[in-house]
Amino acid sequence: MSTAVDMPRFVRAKQVEALPPPNLARGPIAWVRQNLFSGPFNTILTLVVFYLLYVSVPPLLKFLIIDAVWTGSDRAACRADTGGSESGACWAFIWDKLNYFIYGSYTISERWRVNIFFALLAIGVVWLLWLRAPRRDLGAVYFFWIFPIVSYILLTGGNASFSGRFWAGFAILGALVIALFAFFAALLKTAMRPALIMAGAIVAVIGITLALIDVDFGLAHVPTSLWGGILVTLLVATVGIVVSLPFGILLALGRRSRLPIVRMASVIFIEFVRGVPLITVLIMANTMLPLFLPGDMTVDRLLRPLIGTALFASAYMAEVVRGGLQAMPKGQYEGAMSLGLNYPQMMTLIILPQALRIVIPGIVNTFIGLFKDTSLVAIVGIFDLVKTIEASRIDPNWAAPTIGITGYAFAALFYFIFCFGMSRYSLGVERRLAAGQKR
Amino acid sequence: MSAQQIPASVDPQVQPAIQMVDVHKWYGDFHVLRDINLNVRRGERIVICGPSGSGKSTMIRCINRLEEHQKGRIIVDGVELLDDLKRIDEVRRDVGMVFQHFNLFPHLTILENCTLAPIWVKKMPKREAEEVAMHYLTRVKIPEQANKYPGQLSGGQQQRVAIARSLCMSPKIMLFDEPTSALDPEMVKEVLDTMVGLAEEGMTMLCVTHEMGFARQVADRVIFMDYGQIVEMNTPDEFFRNPQHERTRLFLSQILH
Repeated sequence: MSTAVDMPRFVRAKQVEALPPPNLARGPIAWVRQNLFSGPFNTILTLVVFYLLYVSVPPLLKFLIIDAVWTGSDRAACRADTGGSESGACWAFIWDKLNYFIYGSYTISERWRVNIFFALLAIGVVWLLWLRAPRRDLGAVYFFWIFPIVSYILLTGGNASFSGRFWAGFAILGALVIALFAFFAALLKTAMRPALIMAGAIVAVIGITLALIDVDFGLAHVPTSLWGGILVTLLVATVGIVVSLPFGILLALGRRSRLPIVRMASVIFIEFVRGVPLITVLIMANTMLPLFLPGDMTVDRLLRPLIGTALFASAYMAEVVRGGLQAMPKGQYEGAMSLGLNYPQMMTLIILPQALRIVIPGIVNTFIGLFKDTSLVAIVGIFDLVKTIEASRIDPNWAAPTIGITGYAFAALFYFIFCFGMSRYSLGVERRLAAGQKR
Repeated sequence: MSAQQIPASVDPQVQPAIQMVDVHKWYGDFHVLRDINLNVRRGERIVICGPSGSGKSTMIRCINRLEEHQKGRIIVDGVELLDDLKRIDEVRRDVGMVFQHFNLFPHLTILENCTLAPIWVKKMPKREAEEVAMHYLTRVKIPEQANKYPGQLSGGQQQRVAIARSLCMSPKIMLFDEPTSALDPEMVKEVLDTMVGLAEEGMTMLCVTHEMGFARQVADRVIFMDYGQIVEMNTPDEFFRNPQHERTRLFLSQILH
């Protein structure tokens, strides 16, 4: 039924039934025409891109795969003057040095411990990141508490043998922490019991952790100066990621706090750390940290840059999270408050889940940046993956023209796999979280 | 009109649900609430109207301390609102609030929206909280939406969920801050019907609204506010038939065509 526009009166007599949309011509040729050659400008762009692909991809494949040298035990395989091939990547070199790239100089007979660490890390990551995994709350306890302790014992050998004086100091510190919580609870006029339980739990967790580290499991001690390669890269990245997210959230909340001292401390920390290059932070952590500590106290050589990168990433994370908090409408706070939720409940149940979801791209961006920045720890003499490649590159046994390029190609591949993985995972999470809540 | 007498000795039996004594509030230099004196009896239904910016929302938001008053006393169900965070949470537990823009939590399902506060604030077991939630969702006539997300519901349905969410805490007092102003005209009635039902059950209600039909039907008292003051307060009959203050008459002539 058609409706004339100039009709003065109209009453619909019959409902218009919903019809399927008209069938548009869809086929590969139609798709190509519509998406690649829809106009002169688009056509030129398409041709230019095809040309660039033609120029870059075949030589790359030729170098990396077709002409590559896959087997060989020393430089002979990759040198033309000894009958080898120089026109392709020398993967034989990577294969020969692979153990060094993975473990650094870690004691060879103890490398099984590193393998267990990798396996435990993989279990923790999958448990936490696979959204439908069972008991993800236990997964969090595992990843944030059990896994770090076990890893520490596995990798270093444990048996820290703390002195009696250390334990006395810990007891005093624990009492101080509990007193501090009680003091703040009284100051803010909140309930005393949960504050005391929380403080007690924190002290207990730290105490158990220290006690476990203290136990002698009969594992040989492996000093951190021997660690290297992918082990160090993954370790620094994992610690950085695991510390920076919660610490960054706390800093972001602190920056928006109504208590001036908390706010000031957060702002100063964030602005100071963001205001200096990571290299400066690393060098400062390496050379200046020992100056601030009492003379008989030393911080492990690997721990220093570890703390440095974690703090650095936290400052960036704080600003990302703050962006998410800023984007939350005031009504969400009011809705939560009007139901009687207290501040921690409001934040953990209502505000943070939504705010963090908004900034997933920013968080993952920071993680990816951090992951690649771990290569800077080489500046303070830590043998991460890139540094081990650098060191192997000049090995006279493997003196061949393509060694350097092959080594860096390997590093690029390693970083790309992890960073691309993070990126894809975050996209998946975004899509999944958005699906439930959209109309 | 303003100074209502506060009994010197308060008998707990007849203690009012809400007492506001000489309440003042400023936003910076702007004096937004002036000399508010109001006693609300238990079970009383009060409708508050007035032009925008007259302080009516601010006044009811002071009752559950979403806004802080700077002078005077507010006593809700025998608890005075002071800086004590714990007591403020106590008051908020007993005072439900429904907002103009619903303020449902979009990342939680309807059922989770309703069970969140009972589980976390009242420490109710999850199963029991879900039963309570389904009871109230049935009452506001949307039990079948329990597993959807707020974004999938219409405005009227969302506002009814918001009412159910508040009721799940079994509040003694309900505050409504323009609950129907953000709704499409067709959805106003379903929300008002829910509120009428609530009023008929004897809930203490303070409602900022311009739905004068609702005021006539359920209100015990109508308050007219302007410039941060209570200008006139009367029973709905008298208020609409015979408004005393000139400002009230002007206002009513503007909204009742």
